[in-house]
Amino acid sequence: MTAADAAARLREQFAVEPTVDGSLVSAAVAPEQWQPVARFARSTLGCLYFSFLTAVDWKEQGMEILCRVENLDARLAVMLRTRLAAGVDRCSTLTGIWRGADWMERECWDMFGVRFDGHPDHRRILLGEDWEGHPLRKDYAVDTPHAPYR
Amino acid sequence: MVHQTVEIGYGGSERLTMNMGPQHPSAHGVFRAILTLEGETVVGVDAVIGYLHRCHEKLGETLTYVQYPSIASKTDYVAAMTAELAYVSAVELVGKIDVPKRAQWLRVLAAELQRVASHCLWLGTWCMDMGGALGGGATVFLYAIREREDILDLFESLTGARLLYGFHQPGGTRYDLPAGWTEQCRKTLDRVEQRLGEYEAMLEDNAFFLVRTQGVGVISRELAQEIGVSGPLLRGSGVNHDLRTAAPYSSYEAFEFRVPVETAGDCYARYRVRMVEFRESIKIARQALDGLPEGPISSRPGVKSVGQVRVPKGEGYARVEGARGEVGCYLVADGGAKPYRLKWRGASFSNLSVLPHILPGVKVADVVAIMGSVDPVFGEVDR
Repeated sequence: MTAADAAARLREQFAVEPTVDGSLVSAAVAPEQWQPVARFARSTLGCLYFSFLTAVDWKEQGMEILCRVENLDARLAVMLRTRLAAGVDRCSTLTGIWRGADWMERECWDMFGVRFDGHPDHRRILLGEDWEGHPLRKDYAVDTPHAPYR
Repeated sequence: MVHQTVEIGYGGSERLTMNMGPQHPSAHGVFRAILTLEGETVVGVDAVIGYLHRCHEKLGETLTYVQYPSIASKTDYVAAMTAELAYVSAVELVGKIDVPKRAQWLRVLAAELQRVASHCLWLGTWCMDMGGALGGGATVFLYAIREREDILDLFESLTGARLLYGFHQPGGTRYDLPAGWTEQCRKTLDRVEQRLGEYEAMLEDNAFFLVRTQGVGVISRELAQEIGVSGPLLRGSGVNHDLRTAAPYSSYEAFEFRVPVETAGDCYARYRVRMVEFRESIKIARQALDGLPEGPISSRPGVKSVGQVRVPKGEGYARVEGARGEVGCYLVADGGAKPYRLKWRGASFSNLSVLPHILPGVKVADVVAIMGSVDPVFGEVDR
């Protein structure tokens, strides 16, 4: 499975336009395709290795969720991305596909306030449960003094 | 708060909640594990992290590309060289900044010495965790720390610092080797190499060490990949994946070395992988000293103003093989002097997240041995 093969398979299955850069395939999908495309990456593209999941806050253009997975045997990396509409903060979980998504999605909730529907343990991970706000959002007031955390 | 008294009967089948940490000596930092026990057996784990959280990713957004590398070293402060390298590699990737050959080789040299120093600390602290069973666990700790000191001395004469170096900068390295450094480095490498055999004899001839590590804390090949563990954990579980060979960066393709792989997936397998890595790192460091190319150490002139590096709009993920595995930086640049978004993929974070999957079913005493074999550095877990 080369990157070009993987891109062709993704194009055929999900009607997306993946980009290929060396061994990296990058595919932007609609939020409702998030779980199906992830399941496809794992079962058909052989991406058993879960590298990371994170988000980028594009302000009024919405939140982008990124997930990088790899097929170590074929040395193929797939970067899945989906753009949530502005003001939307819900995404479906990948924990049922890769167990490694558990902590990464918790971190994403903690830092960006994105809710992962179906996550089995939806708590903050790095900050305390009583922390207010989600620091990596661009609208987070960094300069406002916060009460010191105990 | 409701206080509940749990009475343990003779059957020992009642469940007991035991708090371990956050200041537990074996936590190698601050880590809290809330263990649910049935007798001596762990049946549930709630891992609590975040005590060292400084929000490095936000810091990255507020500091310029030139300012941040010295802060990057504070993510994994036990292997600061590789943490810095991950960040500057991401800046160079997105900003399309060249790195001269000599700087690339110096980076390899620094990274490998760092791996040896980091593994020394791991070996020492892990053996101390297992303590009395090794006939006084502090023995190995003191020996290993002695070797690490020698390497920190080398770093001190190279960069002026012993722990957080600020050695890398976008486009190259900040310092060149001082006079006499090469000879000192060779002597240190010889000494460490010779003493590795002593550690192995101390540990592998010790029946208690074998009992406490063999077959303990097994991570299957499938679980290792699904969680995304990397480094010695992944290679200890039978996956031959090392970024230095799988996706060579910084001229690693010019070096000859072996990637150790063990299939058992237990604490002992991880120990063996790291012991071989010690020797391979020494081998790579010697090659770097032998073949160090002449030339400039940075493709950019000395930096006077902090805003000087501007990275064009774009994004990229750069990763390096640190002592604990894949350390990566995902960088989104918007054309300014600071990143729009910086994501740290800390090897320790992913490695540690395997614990809730492997601890259920083991005895309490083994929790310590398993945690030590994962070699987490909490600066990198919490970032």
